[in-house]
Amino acid sequence: MKKQDKILTVILLAALFIFLIIANLFLDAYIKRVLNLCAIYTILALSMNLINGFTGLFSLGHAGFMAIGAYCVGIFTLPISVRPANFYIEPMHPAIANVELPFFVALLLGGVLAAFFAFLIGAPVLRLRDDYLAIATLGFSEIIRIVLTNMQSITNGPLGIKNIPTTANMWWIYGVTLVTVIFLVLLISSSYGRAFKAIREDEIAAQAMGINLFRHKILSFMIGAFFAGIAGGLYASMLSTVDPKNFIFTLTYNFLLIIVLGGMGSVSGTIISAYIVTAGLEIMRFFDEPLSIFGVSIPLFRPGLRMVIFSICLMIIVLFFRNGLMGNKELNWDMLRGLFSKRSKRIKGGEAR
Amino acid sequence: MSSSFLQHLVNGISLGSLYALVAIGYTMVYGILRLINFAHGDIFMMGTYFAFFGIMTFHLPWPLAFIVAIIATALLGMLIERAAYKPLRDAPKNSLLISAIGVSFLLENLAIYVFSGKPKAFPNIPLFADTLGVAGVKIQFISFFIPTVTLIFLAILLYVINHTKLGMAMRAVSKDYETAMVMGIDTNRIISITFVIGSTLAAVGAIMWGIRYTQIQPMMGVMPGLKCFVAAVVGGIGNIKGAVVGGFILGLGEVLLIAALPNMTGYRDAFAFILLILILLFRPTGILGEKITEKV
Repeated sequence: MKKQDKILTVILLAALFIFLIIANLFLDAYIKRVLNLCAIYTILALSMNLINGFTGLFSLGHAGFMAIGAYCVGIFTLPISVRPANFYIEPMHPAIANVELPFFVALLLGGVLAAFFAFLIGAPVLRLRDDYLAIATLGFSEIIRIVLTNMQSITNGPLGIKNIPTTANMWWIYGVTLVTVIFLVLLISSSYGRAFKAIREDEIAAQAMGINLFRHKILSFMIGAFFAGIAGGLYASMLSTVDPKNFIFTLTYNFLLIIVLGGMGSVSGTIISAYIVTAGLEIMRFFDEPLSIFGVSIPLFRPGLRMVIFSICLMIIVLFFRNGLMGNKELNWDMLRGLFSKRSKRIKGGEAR
Repeated sequence: MSSSFLQHLVNGISLGSLYALVAIGYTMVYGILRLINFAHGDIFMMGTYFAFFGIMTFHLPWPLAFIVAIIATALLGMLIERAAYKPLRDAPKNSLLISAIGVSFLLENLAIYVFSGKPKAFPNIPLFADTLGVAGVKIQFISFFIPTVTLIFLAILLYVINHTKLGMAMRAVSKDYETAMVMGIDTNRIISITFVIGSTLAAVGAIMWGIRYTQIQPMMGVMPGLKCFVAAVVGGIGNIKGAVVGGFILGLGEVLLIAALPNMTGYRDAFAFILLILILLFRPTGILGEKITEKV
């Protein structure tokens, strides 16, 4: 990294820091929530891109991994005093009824559990035919949801858990996001990252070079799941509730749209598009509201239109702009110097390719 | 043999037949394009809605409504292939998969938007609702009708695949796409026909599903869709008889397992995926599948 680039990176981080202070003080709760959601979606999309974009596997289990992390935080950070009010249909299982963990520990536990479940599905599927991974993970994420809905004494079933302490404020969320970005950028530019990309480009050639396919695939899959679990924990703490209905598998399609738009295999592209898509989905909420212009109501606007537009966007991008915003290139200072001084909210990525 | 066992057996066979019909569509598309057609479950869903609107909105007599629904679904399948899969024929495999997911998501959202997310009751057709008494058990006529229809369609399909020129072309394309093209086979036409056949069978299954389970809603295709892909893998992907065997194993297994362990009812959807993992561990090519070697 050139010296000038280092300085620019530090300035960028400082700018982000100042922005957070200002945002925390002056912005209203709704905008803060959207900004937090953008950061959480960044973690989710980046971890999914590690699996789908950088390693070339096709996983659709992110909603499930996220649910594991969310429930871990929900169950273990819920103060013991409010538990009876939450679990009023069936009391909490005695094994965990008196276990309360600090937020950070519960968050990590959620990530580790998600990675463990990723191993359980990944080990049989990745060893043999990874084209079945899409179905296996999609099915798995539905099963997680079904299990969470049915384990009344542990997860409070369909009622969900309410009044989870909102420890995850903006600082927590942006801090974790930053750590995730740095970790993934370092991982991708390390020898492991190169191995992942080699597997994506040509499995047989990668194997011939001595890369252990199974080990690298499962590693990438587990790291991706780990961060999805972490993001889920932040999500639960931010919303202060978890509900199994939040984690329906179509949630994964949001992250899929983000990585397709940003470019499969680009960290910076993913970050930019996470903000575009998340904010876009919030703005598009007006499509679901009945609309009337000069007293004439427009019949097209009713619940459901937003998701129709969302899925049409996904189709258009994949059919006509297959490389997304960035392809598998990265935004870095050299590139920015060539363009106008465009603002970007990220640290310098690893070298493209 | 207790009468409740007989009841479960009949239920399992009719569910298995429905799975088999949908699984054939997955296995044929995978055989030719190496694509998991995520939209197949939603094509199935559209089939029931077409039949529903044919009867309820256009007041067609039910046989005519069913035929119209089957044709409309077949056309939809072909249209989806033309619009969403054909432009990506040379693209990386992941793009094709994303496109399939996009189509599936679009169909689900369109259905929620246009037909509303509320479940609808499939029209009651008196002929199928009649019950027959067999060995002291009352069984709906539809439960006999479903396996019969499935077997008839299977016989026709196997005849077409094994004994006609079209079937030979389809087998050639699935063996080796490029060589088939060199040999003068219009591969695009064959792929379209594959989608038409798959969608037709899905529509037939969908209509019978509507009659059997009476409730239809926009997300109804998702779980059957995923399970039927698993059924295709269990039977040996690319193999039509395998898809049918897989469908029956899945349908019977699911029903009988719930019958044996009633407190596991909430977990019935997990059965298919546990089966998928087991089959991948112990017989990755499926029950009737041949070993496929990866070409460099």
